[in-house]
Amino acid sequence: MSSERDKPFVTDDTQVQTATRDARMTGSGADNRFNSKLREAFGSSPFILTKFDQFMNWVRGSSMFMLQFGIACCSIEMMHTYSVKHDLDRFAAGVPRASPRQADVIIVPGTIVSKFAPRMKRVYDQMPEPKFVVGMGSCTISGGPFQEGYNVIKGAEEVIPVDIHVPGCPPRPEALIYGVAKLQQRIAEGESSPVTVKPYELEQFDDLERDEVVDKLAEQIDEEDLVMRYNWADSP
Amino acid sequence: MSLEEPEPEDGAVEVLPTAGDEIAELLGDLVVDREEHVNAPGFVIRPDAVQETLTRLRDEAGFDHLSCVTAEEREDRYESIYHLTSFDDRQREVSVVVPAPKDDPVSESAEPVFRTADWHEREAYDLIGVEYDDHPDLRRILLPDTWQGHPLSENYDQDRPQIVTLSEWENPLAEDHREEEGDTMYVNIGPHHPATHGVLHVKTVLDGEQVADVDPDIGYLHRCEEQMCQTKTYRHQIMPYPDRWDYASSGLLNEWAYARAAEDLNDIDVPEYAQIIRTMGAEFCRIASHMLAVGTFALDVYGDFTAIFMYAMRDREKVQKVLEDLTGQRMMFNYFRLGGVVWDLPEPREEFFETIRDFLDDLPEALEEYHDLITSNEILQARTIDTGVLPPEVAKSYGATGPVARGSGIDYDLRRDDPYGYYDELEWDVITEDGCDNFSRLLVRLREVEESAKIIEQCVDLLEDWPEEERTIQSNVPRTLRPEDDTEIYRAVEAAKGELGIYIRADGTEKPGRFKIRSPCFSNLQTLPEMSAGEYIPDMVASLGSLDIVLGEVDR
Ligand code: SF4
Repeated sequence: MSSERDKPFVTDDTQVQTATRDARMTGSGADNRFNSKLREAFGSSPFILTKFDQFMNWVRGSSMFMLQFGIACCSIEMMHTYSVKHDLDRFAAGVPRASPRQADVIIVPGTIVSKFAPRMKRVYDQMPEPKFVVGMGSCTISGGPFQEGYNVIKGAEEVIPVDIHVPGCPPRPEALIYGVAKLQQRIAEGESSPVTVKPYELEQFDDLERDEVVDKLAEQIDEEDLVMRYNWADSP
Repeated sequence: MSLEEPEPEDGAVEVLPTAGDEIAELLGDLVVDREEHVNAPGFVIRPDAVQETLTRLRDEAGFDHLSCVTAEEREDRYESIYHLTSFDDRQREVSVVVPAPKDDPVSESAEPVFRTADWHEREAYDLIGVEYDDHPDLRRILLPDTWQGHPLSENYDQDRPQIVTLSEWENPLAEDHREEEGDTMYVNIGPHHPATHGVLHVKTVLDGEQVADVDPDIGYLHRCEEQMCQTKTYRHQIMPYPDRWDYASSGLLNEWAYARAAEDLNDIDVPEYAQIIRTMGAEFCRIASHMLAVGTFALDVYGDFTAIFMYAMRDREKVQKVLEDLTGQRMMFNYFRLGGVVWDLPEPREEFFETIRDFLDDLPEALEEYHDLITSNEILQARTIDTGVLPPEVAKSYGATGPVARGSGIDYDLRRDDPYGYYDELEWDVITEDGCDNFSRLLVRLREVEESAKIIEQCVDLLEDWPEEERTIQSNVPRTLRPEDDTEIYRAVEAAKGELGIYIRADGTEKPGRFKIRSPCFSNLQTLPEMSAGEYIPDMVASLGSLDIVLGEVDR
């Protein structure tokens, strides 16, 4: 990762190695994070597996547990999407779970700032595979109205992979429902997002390349602490 | 600045110094220089005389409310401005200006006089870099501890890389109990936790079931709102941002805070018709906001997506429908303009009024339901009465305002005490409750909804009969606004959560030189340790819910 510091948007994926990404990039075609255990059990009987895969994907798409995850203004509209009138539950996606370990989908509803990004990454890592991300609102696309802020991450995709972007500031509940429905469709078809680059990863402090900032903080931060390093100059 | 005499209390005629000269006399040689701010006289004092000055102003002149502390960097000095006013008479205001030299920006802390200065000064240190002597705990508050530089100071390089850690927190009381058999347990609540209403992190130390120490850790949603406003022009560009401070549907109330400050700064009049529309819209926002507060509070106390939450959301949907008809948006209205509002009521007007009247007609019944479900429910009463007690003196010292202060019996509401808009022409009451506990704060919100409905009803009556040819929605405002260099103003309005103040210093350009937001939630949240020390942990969560904070406004 560190050698990419001066290239913010690497699309050549041979160069970037990160844990989440590796999990997603192994295999080709339909994402084989799905059903790997079953594949082992059934071995090579393609007919049953295909049908079973399809069935499982349909099940997955039709019963999504959402993580109850509120960040900023968009989360108010997200709450409205869950409750009366819009009622996301009608679309088999309305069970908010308070713990990431029980959730399949995380809706990221709001602005992500430097202090929060490592925590969000941690929450995402705690979710079991297969997991999906809906980015809600302009803030998760680019930083939205706060893009020029000194403390604002320019989009959720800098930190975690995003499957569906729902634009708007905030998107109306209808738009969010449409986004979730699109996600369900993709899951049912066995697709998940191609992972583009995430410039900000959690790393151990002593793995960082030494430079002026690192030297300065060496006294304050323990070598084994996880840190996230923001190269603002490279941000879009 | 009003020159009215304050009302005599307890029969004794007490005349408090209010005019600039009287205060100058009181402060004597503490004053080094004088300034004139648009809202109040300003007194420049030495950096080592802060406590003495503020104590004298508080004890002898009745300035018992430290509303805001603004710090800024000027060409030749740093400056901290203490905006003081009084809970009994909001129109008495005074600014205490404390310059500090460029090479050694240190001034005395006001924390021993006003507890609220604690967080305000930490923020000033964090963002501007002014240091405060005698401060109990001067560390960063909004930005991570490992941040380099002070982003609102003059030579900050926004492109320098930053490193943020994800490390385990330590139990601050671990040392205290080492040899004893009792031990304390450290619990992180947040920053991602359903009970914290957003991304708040509450560092809690438990002794058994009881809270031994709590420290709210904020800044997980610090979106640089002040920087955003300082880089935008007065006329149109700033207005969308206030919607995003307190985003729990108080959009119009926040917009009003900016509109009021900028209009007073630029001497802009607002037509009466527009004021009525503003007042009506703002009260709708207050209802929506209080509904959310009540719904999520019930969620905190009962712990599930229960009927109450759904009821609250149902009523909010109705309010949002009206607001959408009025402004075109469900949440981020961007409806106010300097000098008025952007457009008139939607056509056909009769239909619009009809929707409002329907809502108002249904409201008493809905509120009845809330009272049946919540306030007269024994379980809720057992959980909330006499928990999270906040005595009025403590609330005052922390600068608590809004329903939190009114739930502690402090009769303070800017709509009446420092009137703006159309409020002083209408019939309504300020609600107070004397219980000082979680229950009172809940009750205040529910009863304020009734008052808001009263206000809306009167506004609708007025608007219905307003002659067609007099419907001016905006006054004439120049395309670019360039307030004179060095004019300073601090103005506040009563937002849903309390006193929302804006300080603007003009620097002769079309963008503010310094834009500071005084957020009611920021001050209210500060009272949490006071309310929950020694209480059981579920009561702490209930107290947090009763404060009704919105992190967008706490962190800005
Ligand atoms: S996209 Fe808009 S509404 Fe959503 S979090 Fe960002 S600023 Fe708030």
